[in-house]
Order: sequence, then C-alpha cells, then structure tokens
Amino acid sequence: MAASYRSFRDLDWLLIILTLVICGLGVLQIYSATLGTIWSDAWWKQIVFLSVGCVLMFVFAQVDYHSLLGKVPVLYIGSIALLLVTFIFGTTVFGSRRWIVIFGQTFQVSEFAKIVVILLVARYLTEIKSDPLEAREILKIAGLVAVPMVMVMRQPDLGTSLTYIPILAGSIFIAGIRWQHYVVIGVAAAILIPAGWFILKDYQRARLVTFVNPESDPRGDGYQVIQSKIAVGQGGVWGRGVTRGTQTQLRFLPVPHTDFLFAAFAEEHGFVGVVVALGLYFLLLMQIVQNAQMASDRAGLYICMSVAALLVFHLLVNIGMVIGRMPVTGIPLPLMSSGGSSLLSVFIMLGLVQSVRLRRFVN
Amino acid sequence: MNLFPSRRPDHLTEKPLHVDDTKPLVAKISVFQYIALAVFLFLLSGFWDLQILKEDYYAQAAERNRIKSQPILAPRGKILDRDGRVIVDNHSTFSLLLSRENLKDEHIQYIAEGLDLDMEDLVDRLRRYEKRPRYEPIIIKEELTPADLAFVDSHSGHDMFPEMELLHTQRRLYPRDGLAAHVVGYVGEISENELDQPEYLSYKQGDIIGKDGIEKQYNEHLMGVDGQRRVVVDNRGRERETLEMKEAIPGKPLQLTIDLDLQAVAELAMENRRGAVVALDPRNGEILAMVSRPAYDPNAFAGRIPTKIWREIINNPEHPLLNRAVQAQLAPGSTFKPFVALGGLEEGIIDDEASVNCTGGGTFYGRYFKCHSVHGRTGLQRAIAQSCDVFFYTYGNRMGIDMIAEYSRMAGFGKKSGIDIPHEASGLVPTPEWKMRSFRQKWFAGETISVTIGQGALTVTPLQLAAGVGGLATGGVWQQPHMVKEDSPVAPARKANLNLENVSKVVNGMFGVVEGGTGARARIPGIEVCGKTGTAQLASNTLLKSAAGRHIKDNGWFFAFAPRTNPEIVVAALYEAGEHGSTTAPIVRDVLKAYFDKKARKNQPIAAPSLAQLQPRLGGMERGAF
Repeated sequence: MAASYRSFRDLDWLLIILTLVICGLGVLQIYSATLGTIWSDAWWKQIVFLSVGCVLMFVFAQVDYHSLLGKVPVLYIGSIALLLVTFIFGTTVFGSRRWIVIFGQTFQVSEFAKIVVILLVARYLTEIKSDPLEAREILKIAGLVAVPMVMVMRQPDLGTSLTYIPILAGSIFIAGIRWQHYVVIGVAAAILIPAGWFILKDYQRARLVTFVNPESDPRGDGYQVIQSKIAVGQGGVWGRGVTRGTQTQLRFLPVPHTDFLFAAFAEEHGFVGVVVALGLYFLLLMQIVQNAQMASDRAGLYICMSVAALLVFHLLVNIGMVIGRMPVTGIPLPLMSSGGSSLLSVFIMLGLVQSVRLRRFVN
Repeated sequence: MNLFPSRRPDHLTEKPLHVDDTKPLVAKISVFQYIALAVFLFLLSGFWDLQILKEDYYAQAAERNRIKSQPILAPRGKILDRDGRVIVDNHSTFSLLLSRENLKDEHIQYIAEGLDLDMEDLVDRLRRYEKRPRYEPIIIKEELTPADLAFVDSHSGHDMFPEMELLHTQRRLYPRDGLAAHVVGYVGEISENELDQPEYLSYKQGDIIGKDGIEKQYNEHLMGVDGQRRVVVDNRGRERETLEMKEAIPGKPLQLTIDLDLQAVAELAMENRRGAVVALDPRNGEILAMVSRPAYDPNAFAGRIPTKIWREIINNPEHPLLNRAVQAQLAPGSTFKPFVALGGLEEGIIDDEASVNCTGGGTFYGRYFKCHSVHGRTGLQRAIAQSCDVFFYTYGNRMGIDMIAEYSRMAGFGKKSGIDIPHEASGLVPTPEWKMRSFRQKWFAGETISVTIGQGALTVTPLQLAAGVGGLATGGVWQQPHMVKEDSPVAPARKANLNLENVSKVVNGMFGVVEGGTGARARIPGIEVCGKTGTAQLASNTLLKSAAGRHIKDNGWFFAFAPRTNPEIVVAALYEAGEHGSTTAPIVRDVLKAYFDKKARKNQPIAAPSLAQLQPRLGGMERGAF
C-alpha cells in the first residue's frame, strides 16, 4: 500500500490541474456555443467524457509503460485491423468513414491509433543502438507509421492522418539523425508536397485554394475562414462576453463547438482570454516536457516528447486555422473541442506521461 | 493501487537500457521548447493582429453579417377624380426579394425558371445592382401569382434556395381598358439614365417612380417615404430581433379635376378611333376629361415591365404612349377661323358690311385657292357657320400674317399652356421671322392665305384649342388649364381687352355652326351649343392627287362650348383620319350631353327606390333559383 500511496502523491498534479482548467474552459465554451441548438447538451456529454478520461488517465498512470511497449506488435496489428473494420463497416459522416459504433457510442479509431503510433515509435527507437539513426532505420519506422497513416488518409481524413507526422518527426529529431538526412527529408518533402496535390480530393484542394485566398469562395470553403476571422477579430481585447458573441450565437461561425471552438472562445473572451488559454496550454506542454526530461529511460522520454509534439501540432493547425494562418483541415483542439474520442485519447496520452513520471526513479 | 505489476518485458530486461542515457537526448528537448515557444508566439501574433490591430474592421464585418435592412415600401397616394372617386388605387401583392448575400450562381437558373422570369433580364438586373452593398436584397418579381407563391413556399427552405424571400407590397391598380391612361400615366422602376440626372438625386436604385402623366408630374406628392426595418438575423437569415423600425410614410392622395363620368363617355366616343378629346371648364381652367387614343394598359407597366411587352408598345406604329391631347401638333383647319374672325373684328378689318362672293375659290398672289363649296354672297356669320374659306382668305389676307399671329398667340397658340402634365408640345404659330430663323427663307404671301384657314405651318394641340376657345367664349379670360383640384386659382388668368360685341358676333357665328351649319351633328335639344368644325389636310393637294396620297385621310376637328352665354364647358376633339370635322362633332356632343345630363341629375335629386319596388325583383330571383 505504501507504494500506491507514494505513486498517487507522485502524480503530476500541476499537469492534472492545468488539464482540468483547460477542459473547464472548453466545457464553458461548448455550453455557450451550443446554447439553443440541437447540440445544447454537448457540454454535459463533454463532462461525462471528461470524467471517463480522468479515470482512464489514472488507469494508464498505474500501468507500467514498459508492459505496453511489450505489447506494441499486438496493439499495432489490432489498430490496423480496427482501421480496416472502420473502413469497411464504419459510420459515414460528412462523406468520410471515421467512426465505429461500440456499445452505442461512436469512436474515432484514428484518434486511438495515435496512442499506438506513439508507443510504436518509442519502442522502435529505444531498441536501436545506433546514434545517430541510420537511413535504413528511419525508412523502416517511417514505413511502419505510414501504414495506419495512409489508411486514415483514405477514410478520408487528411487532418488526423497528418497528426501522425509530428509523433514520428519529433521522436526522430530527439533520437538524432545526420544532417545529411535532414537535407534528404527536406528535398523529399519539397517533391512530395506538390505531388500530393494530385492525390488530394477535390474538396481538400478547394480548402487549400481558399486558404491562400478565402475571398475566392466567400459562400463555400472560404466562408468558414472569413467567419472565423470575423469572430476572432470582433472579440477585441476583452471579448464580447460569454454567450454574447454574435458570430457564435447567430451561427455565422461554423461548428463553433468542435473545430472552430477557439474562434468562439476568442470572440467571447477576447485577446485576454486567448493569452490565458494559450498560456495554460504552454504551461501544460512545458510540464510534459519536464516529465520527458526526468524520464528514467529513453522509452519514457520518447513517449512524453511524442505527446508534446502531437499537442503542439494540434494547437498550431487548429488555432492557426481559426485565425486564417493555416488551411482548414478539421482537426480538433485538444482538451477543449467537443468530442469524446479526441478527449479520451488525449487523456490516455497524459496517463502515459504520468506513468513515465511515476517510474522516473530507477529501482 | 498498482493494478499492473511493474514487470519489465523480457526483451528489455535481457538488454537493459542505459538508464542514464537520456542525457544526450535532453539537450534536444530544449530545442523543442524553443520550437514550441515559436509556435505560440506565431499564434499569439495572429490574435494580436486580428483582435487588437484590426478589431474595428472585424467588428464592422460582424455587424454587416448580422444586421439586415428590410425595406417597408410606402404605398403611393391614390388618385381621385373631382368627385372623390378612385381612379388609381393600390392593391396588396407579394414581391420576391432576392438576397444577394446568400445567392449561389447555380441557383439563378432554377429561380428564373420557377418564377417564369426571363433569365437574361434577371442576370442583367443582378449586374445593375453590383455597386450596391450586398446585404441589400433586390426585388426580382412583383405581383406574384399563386403559382409563384407556391414555388417560393416549397423552395425557400434553407436547404433549397434560402435567398428567396417574400415582401408584402402595395401595387398600383389602374382602370381597365386604358381609361385615362395618358392622364394618370404609369409608374416604373427608376432607370439608370434617370439616376444620373440631377432631378432624381434623392432617389435610389430600385425606387418605383412616376414615369408619365400625373404619376410623373406629382411623383413627390404621391410617392411617400419608404420605411426600413433593421433586424438581427442568423446565418440562415432567420430574424432574431428587431433593432430599428422606421415606418413607411404613405404617399398623399391627389384629387384631379377629371370627372370620371365625362372621361368614360369621352373614352367610349373615341373607341376604335385615333385622336384626342379635351374637355375643360373655361371659368377656372379645370380639365374635366382628357382622352388620347389609342391607349395602353398602364397596369402592364406598374412595376417592372418585361422587355418584350415594352418593345411591343414602343414599336407600335400608332404610338399608343403618345398623349395626343397635349402632344399631337396638327393643323387646326377651320377651327382656327373664329380666332381670325375675332382678330379681324377687333382690328376693324371685318365689320358688319364685310362680305365676299364665294364662287368656290379665289385667286391670291397668282395662285388659285379652293373653297370646299360655293357659298355665294357670304357675310361673317355665314362664313363661320358654313366655314367659307374665301371669306377668310380675303379678310385674313387683309389682316396680314403678323396680325393673325398676334391673335393666335393671344389665344395661347404657339406656346405651351403650362398644364401640369409632362411632355406638353407647344404647337407652332408661323410668322415671317420664324421662317427666316428656321429655314433662312422669305415668307411667301401665299402662305398667309393657307394660315387664314388653319393650314400651312400652323399647328395646335387639342388642349391648346380647347383652352383657346375657352378664353374666347368667356370674353377674353384665358384660365390656366390644370389637372389637379385646387381651392384657389393655380395661376392668374391671361386677360385680353376684347370688345364683347365682337366676341358675341363670333360666338353667334359658332352657334350657327351647330344650329344649321357644318356642326349640326353636335346639336343637343334645349342647350345652346356653339362649335366649329375643322378638316385639316395633312398633304398638299398635288400629293393627294397622286397614288401615294390617296390613302392619306384628312383629320377631323371639332370643338364646342355651351351654353352660349356664360359657357361652363368646352370640348375639343381631334379625330385623326376622320376625314371631316362633321364626323368629329358627335364625339363632342356625347361629352357635352353627359355634362348637362349629370348637371340636371344633380339639381334634381333622384328618389331612392323603395323597398316595395325592390321586393318583386328579389322574389323573382328566388323563384328562378328553385
């Protein structure tokens, strides 16, 4: 019992508090943004998921991440199988098969596959002795990550599939590679990204076009960005006040409780609110980074840094989209956006970070 | 609470990790921290830009988003006749508003088809409104039919064509069959041309304004001021709250001097004829009836006229839009003779002894001028009654063109009367100076001879003739002709110092016209009607003899006033291609008769039919029903 007492006390409570405060802001904003709509109970659902998420976080904190690393092959094959099931039997929403139904609840498999990818990368890089990484090994791990990534991309869900990249890139960067490889990756990206244009679906291309010039289609794809910028801009310094943002309340802002939640937040809480929210996120990130620094082994360090890199990527792409500095990709804002799968997967990741922290002292 | 035993997997225990080999990696973590910081600063700078630097811009954009202006159209004032009966009314209709903010290009085609609109017209309309703010909706169809309403009702949902909205409006309702069409005119949407003109400065694109007639002349009086509603809407255009409500100020009603009874009679008399009728009260200048035929249906114009119908009207060879009562400038023919006679009498050139021997014509300045008959010895009275040309050739020639012109102008010919109706023509009183100025040619003495019988370059409008006669008949007081009922005179009357004896000589001649002369068909038993016929040639005699001229028929003119002393009404009629003034006389008689019949009815109150008289009729109906 002594061990459990110590491990409970040893949890990163600051991290938990930051997480819950951010989630609290999210719930408040979901409540405000869905007032008088068919989603008006979303804030309550969010609280339920939040509670389940907390439980999951504690559970995963107790699990030794090494035992999870040991099960990576099973988890990897299992997640690919689930992605296949999703692809074949999944529920189609907005023309994309991303969800499967378990016990009457829809789950977005791609969100949970992220966790497997984090574990996969951590284990793979841990087992490699070479420092810096050899090209062959980089290609191998990239290939392993590419399988679920391409499957998600084919759902199609470009946004979520792209979130697998920072996990890989962040970990490889931490592991260290030769400067020549940076050049090669840079050149490859320079070739592949334009080539990717031809792989993209029409709506994805349209989004990129309207990202460059939102006015080209003010009623279609550009509409969301224009309305989002108006919402953010009119928030001003102090914001319009909770439930008083006209862009949000009169529904000019698209999906104000999910992907564009931060625009609604910025409209109602202003620049001051934005600084507070971004500050909280930054502290959360730094707390995760601190846990990485204190990790007892490389595997733990990779896990923490993957989570951190993933969160930075989410923040950059989602909030960047809200202010018109990133194309519309439709990925949620971690911890704040309404949506169970995203929330639960972030809580599990934070649970993994806690697990690393609890095992920071070598026996 | 440790649910899972912390057991290291075999592959890790076999090759234990260097527990402290995280050190070389930790250095790179700080690089990551800087990257994360850069991302946060990048995002923050974006919020700084939008929320601090451009706050005003986006706040305005948000206002434009949520606040919608909706016009409340002011109904135009009704147009009433002199007895207060409605000539032009309004009726309730629905118009279709198109919100351009929500308009999707691919919807235009469907909407045009659904509402039976011309696609080209619609696209053209949208193009014209491009300069206006996009949140202002535009009206694309008025007077929606039940079928249109059904289409809008079933398609205006947000998943179909949310850009369509209904607007309740008041539309103009004009009398049927073009009754008084030229008097009241019509309304229409302000054109681009008009918008460029200074007098339309206060109007805006889309305004419905008077385009012709009284509607145009008194547009400001009739128009009223549109109101506006400013409402908060959501992204679907649903209203959430009303911010501001500015009620429309309805246009004021306008009472005309027109008598609908007389107007109707005059219209009927002109049925299937081309020409005009003007009836006025010479005592005050009030226009009692004004007819121009052929007419058009102003209801077709009331609002937005389809291009096709507009072209049909414009290209009609009979020019139905022309208000012949004030715009037809034609030779008055013999109706001009009384004015020459009056001038001759006033100047002492014609006296009681004045007479000619009409042998069917006479030679002046080496040219033979025909008379339409052989009148023999003819004095002034007979000359007017029988319309002897030779008499007027002779004495008119003695007066000279300048004297004739002077008395013509006194009667109001050669310049606009100033009536309150648009597009009035001035007619023409020819003089040697006029000819020199206009053609750089000398006046031929022979031209004077033509003018004496109302031919040559002399032209008048039916209104000028009626007004001119009115002044003559009242002994030299020309009242300002006007269309709108006013309590006080609209303008001081023009007065001429005439010898009333001379006037009564001319008037007696005109009484002779109706009593037994050329205008006998205008006789009304019990009323002393004075009048004058006129048959105006449109072409020279040589042309008439040619094959081409054979189809050109003379215009018939007739005017009359009654009673002989203290006349109350003057009626002038132009019957284009009527061949002779005598065919025109019955038109005038109908109007006069209607006037005096109505007057008699007014003085003699009709007993209301008693219930007993009505009952048998009702009983009969009931039996019929069984």
